[in-house]
Amino acid sequence: MANYSTNEFKGGLKVMLDGDPCSIVENELVKPGKGQAFNRVKLRNLMTGRVGERTFKSGDSLEGADVMDLEMEYLYTDGDMWHFMKTDGSFEQYAVEKKALGDTAKWLKEQVPYTITLWNDKAISVTPPNFIELEVVETDPGLKGDTAQGGSKPATLSSGAVVRVPLFINQGEVLKIDTRSGDYVSRA
Amino acid sequence: MLDWQPTATLETLRARARLLAEVRAFFAERDVWEVETPVLGHGGSTDVQLASLKVDATTPEGLERLWLQTSPEFHMKRLLAAGSGAIFQLAKSFRDGEVGRRHNIEFTMLEWYRPGFSLNQLIEETAALIIRLLPQSPGPVSRYRYRDLFREYLAVDPFSTGAAVLGKLASKHAGTDMSEESRDTCLDLLMSLVIEPRLGQGELSVVVDYPASQAALARRHQDPEDGVWVASRFELYLKGLELANGYDELTDAEEQRARFGEDNRERRTLGLPEVDVDSRLLAALEHGLPEGAGVALGIDRVIQLALGKTHLKDVLAFSTPSC
Repeated sequence: MANYSTNEFKGGLKVMLDGDPCSIVENELVKPGKGQAFNRVKLRNLMTGRVGERTFKSGDSLEGADVMDLEMEYLYTDGDMWHFMKTDGSFEQYAVEKKALGDTAKWLKEQVPYTITLWNDKAISVTPPNFIELEVVETDPGLKGDTAQGGSKPATLSSGAVVRVPLFINQGEVLKIDTRSGDYVSRA
Repeated sequence: MLDWQPTATLETLRARARLLAEVRAFFAERDVWEVETPVLGHGGSTDVQLASLKVDATTPEGLERLWLQTSPEFHMKRLLAAGSGAIFQLAKSFRDGEVGRRHNIEFTMLEWYRPGFSLNQLIEETAALIIRLLPQSPGPVSRYRYRDLFREYLAVDPFSTGAAVLGKLASKHAGTDMSEESRDTCLDLLMSLVIEPRLGQGELSVVVDYPASQAALARRHQDPEDGVWVASRFELYLKGLELANGYDELTDAEEQRARFGEDNRERRTLGLPEVDVDSRLLAALEHGLPEGAGVALGIDRVIQLALGKTHLKDVLAFSTPSC
Protein backbone atom coordinates (compact mmCIF):
# COMPACT_ATOMS: atom_id res chain seq x y z
CA MET A 1 0.00 0.00 0.00
CA ALA A 2 1.04 3.58 -0.56
CA ASN A 3 2.23 5.78 2.26
CA TYR A 4 0.29 8.88 3.13
CA SER A 5 1.88 12.04 4.49
CA THR A 6 0.16 14.11 7.21
CA ASN A 7 -0.92 16.72 4.64
CA GLU A 8 -2.90 13.98 2.83
CA PHE A 9 -4.74 12.93 6.01
CA LYS A 10 -8.38 13.58 5.27
CA GLY A 11 -11.54 12.37 6.95
CA GLY A 12 -12.20 8.79 5.82
CA LEU A 13 -8.61 7.94 4.77
CA LYS A 14 -7.66 4.45 5.97
CA VAL A 15 -4.18 4.05 7.46
CA MET A 16 -2.26 1.54 9.56
CA LEU A 17 -1.41 2.48 13.14
CA ASP A 18 0.19 0.12 15.66
CA GLY A 19 -0.73 -2.80 13.43
CA ASP A 20 -4.44 -1.99 13.22
CA PRO A 21 -6.34 -0.40 10.34
CA CYS A 22 -7.73 3.01 11.30
CA SER A 23 -9.95 5.57 9.67
CA ILE A 24 -9.02 9.26 9.96
CA VAL A 25 -11.77 11.29 11.60
CA GLU A 26 -10.15 14.70 11.92
CA ASN A 27 -6.76 16.31 11.22
CA GLU A 28 -5.74 19.62 12.72
CA LEU A 29 -2.53 21.55 12.04
CA VAL A 30 -0.81 22.78 15.21
CA LYS A 31 2.17 25.06 14.95
CA PRO A 32 3.94 27.14 17.54
CA GLY A 33 4.85 30.70 16.50
CA LYS A 34 8.30 29.80 15.30
CA GLY A 35 8.83 26.12 15.19
CA GLN A 36 7.97 22.63 14.15
CA ALA A 37 4.47 22.02 12.78
CA PHE A 38 2.46 19.06 14.02
CA ASN A 39 -0.77 17.38 13.02
CA ARG A 40 -3.17 16.45 15.75
CA VAL A 41 -5.12 13.56 14.32
CA LYS A 42 -8.28 11.81 15.52
CA LEU A 43 -8.47 8.22 14.31
CA ARG A 44 -11.04 5.47 14.66
CA ASN A 45 -9.53 2.04 15.17
CA LEU A 46 -11.54 -0.14 12.79
CA MET A 47 -10.90 -3.31 14.82
CA THR A 48 -12.16 -1.93 18.13
CA GLY A 49 -14.27 1.04 17.00
CA ARG A 50 -12.49 3.24 19.53
CA VAL A 51 -11.53 6.82 18.62
CA GLY A 52 -8.18 8.13 19.85
CA GLU A 53 -5.97 11.14 19.28
CA ARG A 54 -2.34 11.09 18.15
CA THR A 55 0.06 13.87 17.25
CA PHE A 56 2.47 13.52 14.34
CA LYS A 57 5.29 15.72 13.10
CA SER A 58 4.03 17.38 9.94
CA GLY A 59 5.43 15.53 6.95
CA ASP A 60 5.55 12.15 8.73
CA SER A 61 3.66 9.42 6.98
CA LEU A 62 1.62 6.32 7.71
CA GLU A 63 1.12 3.26 5.56
CA GLY A 64 -2.27 3.11 3.87
CA ALA A 65 -4.60 0.30 4.95
CA ASP A 66 -6.23 -1.91 2.34
CA VAL A 67 -9.71 -1.35 3.66
CA MET A 68 -12.97 -1.21 1.74
CA ASP A 69 -16.65 -1.18 2.48
CA LEU A 70 -18.85 -3.56 0.49
CA GLU A 71 -22.58 -4.18 0.52
CA MET A 72 -23.50 -7.78 1.25
CA GLU A 73 -26.68 -9.69 2.05
CA TYR A 74 -26.86 -11.89 5.11
CA LEU A 75 -27.35 -15.58 4.22
CA TYR A 76 -27.04 -17.85 7.26
CA THR A 77 -24.88 -18.94 10.16
CA ASP A 78 -23.34 -22.35 10.72
CA GLY A 79 -22.81 -21.56 14.38
CA ASP A 80 -19.12 -20.66 14.00
CA MET A 81 -19.24 -18.24 11.12
CA TRP A 82 -21.82 -15.89 9.63
CA HIS A 83 -22.09 -15.98 5.86
CA PHE A 84 -22.76 -12.99 3.61
CA MET A 85 -22.97 -12.58 -0.16
CA LYS A 86 -21.97 -9.60 -2.29
CA THR A 87 -24.92 -7.77 -3.85
CA ASP A 88 -23.04 -6.86 -7.03
CA GLY A 89 -24.30 -9.99 -8.82
CA SER A 90 -21.01 -11.88 -8.39
CA PHE A 91 -22.53 -14.24 -5.77
CA GLU A 92 -19.15 -14.05 -4.00
CA GLN A 93 -19.48 -15.06 -0.35
CA TYR A 94 -17.60 -13.97 2.76
CA ALA A 95 -17.54 -15.70 6.14
CA VAL A 96 -17.52 -13.37 9.15
CA GLU A 97 -16.23 -14.23 12.63
CA LYS A 98 -18.24 -13.52 15.74
CA LYS A 99 -15.73 -10.87 16.87
CA ALA A 100 -16.11 -8.92 13.62
CA LEU A 101 -19.88 -9.23 13.77
CA GLY A 102 -19.95 -7.55 17.21
CA ASP A 103 -23.24 -5.92 18.24
CA THR A 104 -24.66 -6.37 14.75
CA ALA A 105 -25.39 -9.98 15.76
CA LYS A 106 -28.70 -8.83 17.24
CA TRP A 107 -29.81 -7.10 14.01
CA LEU A 108 -29.34 -9.98 11.56
CA LYS A 109 -32.06 -10.83 9.06
CA GLU A 110 -31.76 -12.88 5.91
CA GLN A 111 -31.62 -11.03 2.59
CA VAL A 112 -31.06 -7.65 4.23
CA PRO A 113 -27.99 -5.79 2.88
CA TYR A 114 -25.25 -4.93 5.42
CA THR A 115 -22.05 -2.94 5.01
CA ILE A 116 -19.07 -5.24 5.48
CA THR A 117 -15.68 -3.63 6.08
CA LEU A 118 -12.88 -5.71 4.61
CA TRP A 119 -9.22 -5.35 5.58
CA ASN A 120 -6.85 -7.29 3.34
CA ASP A 121 -9.97 -9.04 2.03
CA LYS A 122 -10.99 -10.21 5.51
CA ALA A 123 -14.19 -8.98 7.16
CA ILE A 124 -13.42 -6.88 10.25
CA SER A 125 -16.78 -5.27 10.92
CA VAL A 126 -20.41 -5.40 9.91
CA THR A 127 -22.68 -2.35 9.97
CA PRO A 128 -26.45 -2.87 9.77
CA PRO A 129 -28.72 -0.57 7.75
CA ASN A 130 -29.93 2.40 9.84
CA PHE A 131 -33.47 1.04 9.83
CA ILE A 132 -34.54 -2.57 9.79
CA GLU A 133 -37.92 -4.33 9.88
CA LEU A 134 -38.20 -7.19 12.35
CA GLU A 135 -41.01 -9.36 13.69
CA VAL A 136 -41.99 -9.46 17.36
CA VAL A 137 -41.58 -13.05 18.57
CA GLU A 138 -42.36 -12.45 22.20
CA THR A 139 -44.04 -9.70 24.24
CA ASP A 140 -46.83 -9.26 26.77
CA PRO A 141 -50.29 -9.12 25.14
CA GLY A 142 -51.25 -5.73 23.74
CA LEU A 143 -53.57 -3.52 25.80
CA LYS A 144 -56.90 -2.82 24.14
CA GLY A 145 -57.71 0.84 23.48
CA ASP A 146 -54.18 1.96 24.19
CA THR A 147 -52.97 3.35 20.88
CA ALA A 148 -50.39 6.08 21.16
CA GLN A 149 -49.34 7.28 24.56
CA GLY A 150 -48.71 5.45 27.75
CA GLY A 151 -45.81 3.32 28.85
CA SER A 152 -43.67 0.82 27.08
CA LYS A 153 -42.74 -2.84 27.47
CA PRO A 154 -39.94 -5.07 26.31
CA ALA A 155 -40.34 -7.09 23.11
CA THR A 156 -38.07 -9.77 21.74
CA LEU A 157 -37.57 -9.56 17.98
CA SER A 158 -36.88 -12.32 15.47
CA SER A 159 -33.18 -11.35 15.39
CA GLY A 160 -32.88 -11.78 19.15
CA ALA A 161 -32.76 -8.08 20.01
CA VAL A 162 -34.90 -6.86 22.90
CA VAL A 163 -36.35 -3.38 22.41
CA ARG A 164 -38.84 -1.16 24.25
CA VAL A 165 -42.12 -0.95 22.35
CA PRO A 166 -45.48 0.76 23.02
CA LEU A 167 -48.01 -1.24 25.02
CA PHE A 168 -50.35 -1.75 22.03
CA ILE A 169 -47.83 -3.87 20.07
CA ASN A 170 -48.67 -7.56 19.73
CA GLN A 171 -46.68 -10.68 19.08
CA GLY A 172 -46.36 -11.37 15.33
CA GLU A 173 -46.30 -7.70 14.30
CA VAL A 174 -43.46 -6.38 12.14
CA LEU A 175 -41.76 -3.23 13.50
CA LYS A 176 -39.39 -0.66 12.07
CA ILE A 177 -36.37 -0.23 14.37
CA ASP A 178 -33.53 2.30 14.32
CA THR A 179 -30.42 0.10 14.66
CA ARG A 180 -28.19 3.03 15.76
CA SER A 181 -30.19 3.71 18.93
CA GLY A 182 -32.12 0.46 19.22
CA ASP A 183 -35.34 2.49 19.33
CA TYR A 184 -38.77 1.48 18.07
CA VAL A 185 -39.81 3.78 15.19
CA SER A 186 -43.20 2.52 13.97
CA ARG A 187 -45.17 -0.45 12.80
CA ALA A 188 -43.77 -1.53 9.45
CA MET B 1 -22.78 23.49 -7.71
CA LEU B 2 -19.43 25.06 -6.89
CA ASP B 3 -19.19 26.92 -3.60
CA TRP B 4 -18.67 30.41 -4.95
CA GLN B 5 -20.05 32.16 -1.86
CA PRO B 6 -17.70 33.98 0.56
CA THR B 7 -16.48 31.89 3.50
CA ALA B 8 -17.19 34.82 5.86
CA THR B 9 -20.59 36.51 6.01
CA LEU B 10 -20.82 40.02 4.56
CA GLU B 11 -21.68 41.26 8.04
CA THR B 12 -18.40 39.79 9.34
CA LEU B 13 -16.45 41.32 6.47
CA ARG B 14 -17.92 44.74 7.31
CA ALA B 15 -16.90 44.26 10.96
CA ARG B 16 -13.45 43.26 9.72
CA ALA B 17 -13.20 46.49 7.71
CA ARG B 18 -14.07 48.50 10.85
CA LEU B 19 -11.35 46.71 12.85
CA LEU B 20 -8.76 47.38 10.15
CA ALA B 21 -9.76 51.07 10.19
CA GLU B 22 -9.20 50.97 13.95
CA VAL B 23 -5.71 49.52 13.43
CA ARG B 24 -4.87 52.40 11.06
CA ALA B 25 -6.23 54.95 13.55
CA PHE B 26 -4.12 53.41 16.34
CA PHE B 27 -0.91 53.82 14.36
CA ALA B 28 -1.83 57.26 13.00
CA GLU B 29 -2.20 58.47 16.61
CA ARG B 30 1.29 57.17 17.35
CA ASP B 31 2.98 58.55 14.26
CA VAL B 32 3.72 55.16 12.80
CA TRP B 33 3.17 55.41 9.07
CA GLU B 34 1.71 52.78 6.76
CA VAL B 35 3.87 51.27 4.04
CA GLU B 36 3.27 48.77 1.27
CA THR B 37 6.04 46.43 0.17
CA PRO B 38 6.06 43.70 -2.50
CA VAL B 39 4.73 40.23 -1.81
CA LEU B 40 7.34 38.98 -4.31
CA GLY B 41 11.05 39.00 -3.56
CA HIS B 42 14.32 37.64 -4.97
CA GLY B 43 15.01 36.14 -1.57
CA GLY B 44 12.74 34.01 0.58
CA SER B 45 12.59 32.97 4.20
CA THR B 46 15.23 30.33 4.92
CA ASP B 47 13.43 29.42 8.18
CA VAL B 48 13.44 25.63 8.23
CA GLN B 49 9.91 25.54 9.64
CA LEU B 50 8.40 27.68 6.90
CA ALA B 51 7.63 26.52 3.36
CA SER B 52 7.81 29.28 0.76
CA LEU B 53 5.89 29.44 -2.49
CA LYS B 54 7.89 30.13 -5.64
CA VAL B 55 6.81 32.08 -8.68
CA ASP B 56 8.34 32.07 -12.15
CA ALA B 57 8.36 35.63 -13.38
CA THR B 58 9.54 37.26 -16.58
CA THR B 59 11.54 40.35 -15.67
CA PRO B 60 14.04 42.45 -17.63
CA GLU B 61 16.58 39.84 -16.45
CA GLY B 62 14.64 37.10 -18.21
CA LEU B 63 12.87 34.22 -16.47
CA GLU B 64 13.51 34.58 -12.74
CA ARG B 65 12.51 32.64 -9.69
CA LEU B 66 10.83 34.92 -7.17
CA TRP B 67 9.51 34.06 -3.72
CA LEU B 68 6.16 34.93 -2.21
CA GLN B 69 7.04 36.48 1.13
CA THR B 70 6.25 34.57 4.32
CA SER B 71 6.14 37.97 6.07
CA PRO B 72 6.99 41.52 4.97
CA GLU B 73 10.00 41.55 7.28
CA PHE B 74 12.87 41.74 4.76
CA HIS B 75 11.41 44.55 2.69
CA MET B 76 10.38 46.51 5.77
CA LYS B 77 13.87 46.21 7.23
CA ARG B 78 15.26 47.67 4.01
CA LEU B 79 12.95 50.65 4.50
CA LEU B 80 14.18 50.96 8.10
CA ALA B 81 17.80 50.86 6.94
CA ALA B 82 16.94 53.60 4.45
CA GLY B 83 15.78 55.74 7.39
CA SER B 84 11.99 55.32 7.31
CA GLY B 85 11.52 55.53 11.07
CA ALA B 86 8.54 53.74 12.67
CA ILE B 87 6.42 51.91 10.05
CA PHE B 88 3.57 49.41 9.90
CA GLN B 89 2.02 47.28 7.22
CA LEU B 90 -1.03 45.09 6.69
CA ALA B 91 0.69 42.62 4.42
CA LYS B 92 -0.55 39.59 2.55
CA SER B 93 1.83 36.76 3.48
CA PHE B 94 2.12 33.19 2.24
CA ARG B 95 3.09 29.95 3.96
CA ASP B 96 2.74 26.80 1.94
CA GLY B 97 0.93 23.82 3.45
CA GLU B 98 -0.58 25.74 6.34
CA VAL B 99 -4.33 25.25 6.18
CA GLY B 100 -6.60 24.56 9.12
CA ARG B 101 -8.78 26.01 11.82
CA ARG B 102 -6.04 28.53 12.72
CA HIS B 103 -4.12 28.70 9.44
CA ASN B 104 -4.57 29.71 5.82
CA ILE B 105 -1.85 29.59 3.15
CA GLU B 106 -2.46 33.25 2.32
CA PHE B 107 -3.13 35.46 5.32
CA THR B 108 -2.80 39.03 6.50
CA MET B 109 0.10 39.92 8.73
CA LEU B 110 0.12 43.15 10.68
CA GLU B 111 3.78 43.91 11.10
CA TRP B 112 5.35 46.97 12.62
CA TYR B 113 8.79 48.27 13.59
CA ARG B 114 9.73 50.68 16.32
CA PRO B 115 13.29 52.05 16.07
CA GLY B 116 14.53 52.93 19.54
CA PHE B 117 11.94 50.76 21.33
CA SER B 118 12.91 48.16 23.89
CA LEU B 119 11.17 44.76 23.75
CA ASN B 120 9.18 45.80 26.85
CA GLN B 121 7.88 48.95 25.21
CA LEU B 122 6.79 46.94 22.20
CA ILE B 123 5.03 44.33 24.39
CA GLU B 124 3.04 47.15 25.98
CA GLU B 125 2.12 48.63 22.62
CA THR B 126 1.11 45.24 21.16
CA ALA B 127 -1.13 44.52 24.15
CA ALA B 128 -2.66 48.01 23.91
CA LEU B 129 -3.56 47.47 20.25
CA ILE B 130 -5.14 44.05 20.88
CA ILE B 131 -7.13 45.37 23.85
CA ARG B 132 -8.42 48.20 21.68
CA LEU B 133 -9.63 45.77 19.01
CA LEU B 134 -11.46 43.43 21.39
CA PRO B 135 -15.10 44.13 22.33
CA GLN B 136 -14.33 43.62 26.02
CA SER B 137 -11.26 43.53 28.21
CA PRO B 138 -9.38 40.22 27.97
CA GLY B 139 -8.18 40.63 31.58
CA PRO B 140 -4.74 41.59 32.82
CA VAL B 141 -1.52 41.28 30.82
CA SER B 142 0.65 38.59 32.43
CA ARG B 143 4.20 37.80 31.53
CA TYR B 144 5.89 34.38 31.76
CA ARG B 145 9.38 33.18 31.06
CA TYR B 146 9.46 30.19 28.70
CA ARG B 147 11.38 28.08 31.20
CA ASP B 148 8.98 28.89 34.06
CA LEU B 149 6.04 27.64 31.98
CA PHE B 150 7.78 24.29 31.44
CA ARG B 151 8.64 24.09 35.12
CA GLU B 152 5.06 24.82 36.13
CA TYR B 153 3.14 22.66 33.66
CA LEU B 154 5.59 19.86 32.91
CA ALA B 155 7.97 19.90 35.89
CA VAL B 156 11.05 20.04 33.64
CA ASP B 157 13.59 22.72 32.86
CA PRO B 158 13.55 23.17 29.06
CA PHE B 159 17.21 24.25 28.99
CA SER B 160 18.90 21.69 31.22
CA THR B 161 16.72 18.56 30.88
CA GLY B 162 18.31 15.86 28.72
CA ALA B 163 17.01 14.98 25.27
CA ALA B 164 16.01 11.47 26.41
CA VAL B 165 13.71 12.79 29.14
CA LEU B 166 12.19 15.38 26.80
CA GLY B 167 11.69 12.69 24.14
CA LYS B 168 9.88 10.46 26.61
CA LEU B 169 7.65 13.31 27.78
CA ALA B 170 6.88 14.34 24.19
CA SER B 171 6.05 10.75 23.20
CA LYS B 172 3.67 10.47 26.16
CA HIS B 173 1.73 13.56 25.16
CA ALA B 174 1.79 12.86 21.40
CA GLY B 175 0.87 9.18 21.58
CA THR B 176 3.53 8.59 18.90
CA ASP B 177 7.27 7.91 19.16
CA MET B 178 9.18 11.18 19.52
CA SER B 179 12.27 9.65 21.15
CA GLU B 180 14.44 10.21 18.05
CA GLU B 181 13.39 13.84 17.65
CA SER B 182 15.54 16.88 18.41
CA ARG B 183 15.25 18.81 21.67
CA ASP B 184 13.59 21.70 19.86
CA THR B 185 10.99 19.44 18.23
CA CYS B 186 10.12 17.95 21.63
CA LEU B 187 9.93 21.42 23.21
CA ASP B 188 7.71 22.67 20.34
CA LEU B 189 5.42 19.68 20.77
CA LEU B 190 5.07 20.13 24.53
CA MET B 191 4.55 23.86 24.09
CA SER B 192 1.82 23.27 21.47
CA LEU B 193 -0.02 20.41 23.14
CA VAL B 194 0.35 21.12 26.85
CA ILE B 195 1.20 24.76 27.48
CA GLU B 196 -0.45 26.82 24.72
CA PRO B 197 -4.03 25.70 25.45
CA ARG B 198 -3.58 27.07 29.00
CA LEU B 199 -2.32 30.47 27.91
CA GLY B 200 -4.47 33.56 27.52
CA GLN B 201 -7.36 32.20 29.57
CA GLY B 202 -8.86 35.20 31.34
CA GLU B 203 -5.77 37.27 30.54
CA LEU B 204 -3.38 38.23 27.78
CA SER B 205 -0.33 36.00 28.24
CA VAL B 206 3.07 37.15 27.09
CA VAL B 207 5.84 34.55 26.87
CA VAL B 208 9.45 35.77 26.89
CA ASP B 209 13.00 34.36 26.93
CA TYR B 210 12.69 31.55 24.40
CA PRO B 211 15.53 29.07 23.91
CA ALA B 212 18.44 30.60 21.99
CA SER B 213 18.01 27.85 19.38
CA GLN B 214 14.60 29.35 18.57
CA ALA B 215 15.83 32.91 18.10
CA ALA B 216 15.08 33.25 14.34
CA LEU B 217 15.81 36.94 13.64
CA ALA B 218 15.99 38.07 17.26
CA ARG B 219 19.00 38.96 19.36
CA ARG B 220 20.12 36.67 22.16
CA HIS B 221 20.84 37.59 25.75
CA GLN B 222 21.91 35.74 28.89
CA ASP B 223 19.34 34.62 31.44
CA PRO B 224 20.24 36.39 34.72
CA GLU B 225 19.43 33.22 36.69
CA ASP B 226 22.21 31.02 35.40
CA GLY B 227 23.69 32.66 32.32
CA VAL B 228 21.87 30.41 29.82
CA TRP B 229 21.53 32.16 26.44
CA VAL B 230 17.93 32.97 25.55
CA ALA B 231 16.28 34.65 22.59
CA SER B 232 15.12 38.25 23.04
CA ARG B 233 11.66 37.69 21.67
CA PHE B 234 8.09 37.42 22.88
CA GLU B 235 4.89 35.76 21.84
CA LEU B 236 1.45 36.88 22.89
CA TYR B 237 -1.48 34.51 23.49
CA LEU B 238 -5.21 34.89 23.96
CA LYS B 239 -7.57 31.93 24.48
CA GLY B 240 -4.79 29.48 23.62
CA LEU B 241 -4.20 31.17 20.29
CA GLU B 242 -0.81 32.65 19.42
CA LEU B 243 -1.39 36.16 18.14
CA ALA B 244 1.96 37.92 17.89
CA ASN B 245 5.65 37.27 17.69
CA GLY B 246 8.02 40.13 18.54
CA TYR B 247 11.78 40.52 18.35
CA ASP B 248 14.50 42.69 19.66
CA GLU B 249 15.79 42.86 16.11
CA LEU B 250 19.06 41.38 15.05
CA THR B 251 21.02 44.14 13.33
CA ASP B 252 24.34 42.34 12.82
CA ALA B 253 24.73 41.54 9.10
CA GLU B 254 27.42 38.92 9.72
CA GLU B 255 25.34 37.03 12.26
CA GLN B 256 22.31 37.27 9.97
CA ARG B 257 24.34 35.85 7.07
CA ALA B 258 25.55 33.02 9.32
CA ARG B 259 21.99 32.18 10.44
CA PHE B 260 20.77 32.07 6.81
CA GLY B 261 23.66 29.71 6.04
CA GLU B 262 22.85 27.49 9.03
CA ASP B 263 19.21 27.34 7.94
CA ASN B 264 20.10 26.23 4.42
CA ARG B 265 22.56 23.65 5.74
CA GLU B 266 19.83 22.25 7.95
CA ARG B 267 17.44 22.31 4.97
CA ARG B 268 19.93 20.16 3.01
CA THR B 269 20.24 17.73 5.93
CA LEU B 270 16.46 17.43 6.18
CA GLY B 271 16.03 17.06 2.42
CA LEU B 272 14.13 20.34 2.18
CA PRO B 273 14.53 22.71 -0.77
CA GLU B 274 17.09 25.45 -0.23
CA VAL B 275 15.83 29.01 -0.35
CA ASP B 276 17.58 31.91 -2.09
CA VAL B 277 19.11 34.16 0.56
CA ASP B 278 17.96 37.78 0.44
CA SER B 279 21.26 39.46 -0.36
CA ARG B 280 19.65 42.90 -0.56
CA LEU B 281 18.54 42.51 3.06
CA LEU B 282 22.10 41.62 4.03
CA ALA B 283 23.38 44.67 2.13
CA ALA B 284 20.84 46.83 4.00
CA LEU B 285 22.00 45.37 7.34
CA GLU B 286 25.61 46.12 6.38
CA HIS B 287 24.58 49.69 5.71
CA GLY B 288 22.99 49.73 9.16
CA LEU B 289 19.60 48.88 10.66
CA PRO B 290 18.57 51.17 13.51
CA GLU B 291 18.36 49.42 16.89
CA GLY B 292 14.80 48.64 17.85
CA ALA B 293 12.01 46.13 18.13
CA GLY B 294 9.51 44.75 15.66
CA VAL B 295 6.47 42.50 15.84
CA ALA B 296 4.37 40.39 13.49
CA LEU B 297 0.75 39.96 14.48
CA GLY B 298 -1.75 37.58 12.89
CA ILE B 299 -4.51 40.11 12.40
CA ASP B 300 -6.92 37.49 11.01
CA ARG B 301 -6.74 35.67 14.35
CA VAL B 302 -7.30 38.85 16.35
CA ILE B 303 -10.35 39.59 14.20
CA GLN B 304 -11.51 36.00 14.71
CA LEU B 305 -11.37 36.39 18.50
CA ALA B 306 -12.79 39.94 18.46
CA LEU B 307 -15.83 38.69 16.52
CA GLY B 308 -16.18 35.46 18.50
CA LYS B 309 -15.58 33.15 15.54
CA THR B 310 -14.20 29.62 15.89
CA HIS B 311 -12.51 29.19 12.50
CA LEU B 312 -10.13 31.49 10.65
CA LYS B 313 -12.16 31.03 7.45
CA ASP B 314 -15.09 32.71 9.22
CA VAL B 315 -13.26 36.05 8.92
CA LEU B 316 -11.73 35.59 5.44
CA ALA B 317 -13.60 36.55 2.28
CA PHE B 318 -12.39 33.35 0.62
CA SER B 319 -10.23 30.83 2.48
CA THR B 320 -7.57 28.91 0.52
CA PRO B 321 -9.74 25.82 -0.16
CA SER B 322 -12.37 28.03 -1.81
CA CYS B 323 -10.25 30.73 -3.42
